[in-house]
Amino acid sequence: MSASIQTDIAIIGAGPVGLFAVFEAGLLKMRCHLIDYLPQAGGQLSEIYPKKPIYDIPGYPTVLAQELVDNLVKQAEPFNPGYTFGERIETLEKRDEQDFLLVTNLGTTIEAKAVVIAGGLGCFEPRKPEVEGLTKFENGKGVNYMILDPEQYRNKKLVIAGGGDSALDWAIFLSEVCSELTLVHRSESFRGAPDSVDKVLQLAGQGKINLHLNTNLTSVTGNGKLNSVSLINTKSCEEILVDTDYLVPLFGLSPKLGPLENWGLNISKNAIEVNTDDYSTNISGVWAIGDINTYKNKLKLILCGFHEAALMSHSVYQYIHPGVKYTMKYTTVNGVNSF
Amino acid sequence: MIQINIHSDSDVKSLEIPNDIGINLMELLKAEAYETIEGTCGGMALCATCHVKVTDSIPSLSEPSNDELDMLETLPFIYYESRLACQIKLNEDIQQLNIEIIKN
Repeated sequence: MSASIQTDIAIIGAGPVGLFAVFEAGLLKMRCHLIDYLPQAGGQLSEIYPKKPIYDIPGYPTVLAQELVDNLVKQAEPFNPGYTFGERIETLEKRDEQDFLLVTNLGTTIEAKAVVIAGGLGCFEPRKPEVEGLTKFENGKGVNYMILDPEQYRNKKLVIAGGGDSALDWAIFLSEVCSELTLVHRSESFRGAPDSVDKVLQLAGQGKINLHLNTNLTSVTGNGKLNSVSLINTKSCEEILVDTDYLVPLFGLSPKLGPLENWGLNISKNAIEVNTDDYSTNISGVWAIGDINTYKNKLKLILCGFHEAALMSHSVYQYIHPGVKYTMKYTTVNGVNSF
Repeated sequence: MIQINIHSDSDVKSLEIPNDIGINLMELLKAEAYETIEGTCGGMALCATCHVKVTDSIPSLSEPSNDELDMLETLPFIYYESRLACQIKLNEDIQQLNIEIIKN
């Protein structure tokens, strides 16, 4: 295993609030490392609505979501933050005061003096259909919720369920890779990109995709490993059994709190309870800012998250440097001193 | 006033809402603390976490937009009456709504 990443503050979540926290911490000469499950900075702004205008950022009558993210990344640059993308913090261990160990799903380890959770809505996880027996075949037993390595399906039988662009695109691509590919969609037609829809219908006509429209998944069966999927045609009520090695339901992403539910934090209605004096949590050394926290009169607004980041940073400074008196300095007087 | 009847599991709640309330159905359901209505994206038809069934309305609601239909399309199961609550504005165009909360 490679050496741990060392930092003053580990920030979980690289959305707008996590990014601005780097700036606020930087003014107080604290280094930050950001970790995000998504492959890029910006959180839901970049992932869900990059082209949407935002109207309630002070000083910007209107700003596109991605433009705001780009500016926040630039604003944080003088403080040289580290980034770990595409990984999710699985465990948070407090070894002592000012000594936290964070480990990601890929085994990356981060040692930090303080932890700030700026996780927004949580992690975007694949939406799972309610199908009998489905969870029994997760984790390498035949059911996957995303396609990471197409080669895994070479010369195998695969059933893809879903009707969005991702289901269509993968069905087209994998129809050349799999020995048999079945696409199951609950509607009569697809609303995906017209080119992809045409291609899927063409491949179905050529027998390269077994296409089942107006069809739902009902159950999955196997003996330790998946071997068949049961379908029902919602119009004819015909039941269909498809022999398969793999099933990949592709029904988009939905936000979930994820592993942090098990870290001993006080959680209420999918959000972390904080003290509004400084946005600290019930665990000393751990703060929570932005959409992921909750308190009386909480407003889930980016501008509120920015305010929380400023108060949090001063509180973290006191935690890391106990007894050191800090005099508030303005950027208008001192500028931004990079490190 | 708008009469709204909300069916959730075996429970029915009836509300009378001023037609100038200026919010959408997702915001109303969140304010009424229906936990499965998350409204994660804040009402932009971008997340489908406010999926409900509109079983009846007086008069009929306008057709869902393409954005709403595209988002509903990503869900594993939908119904003939499926709508995203965030796309239903509560205003003088509606007199009565019967809706059913779905566990997402």
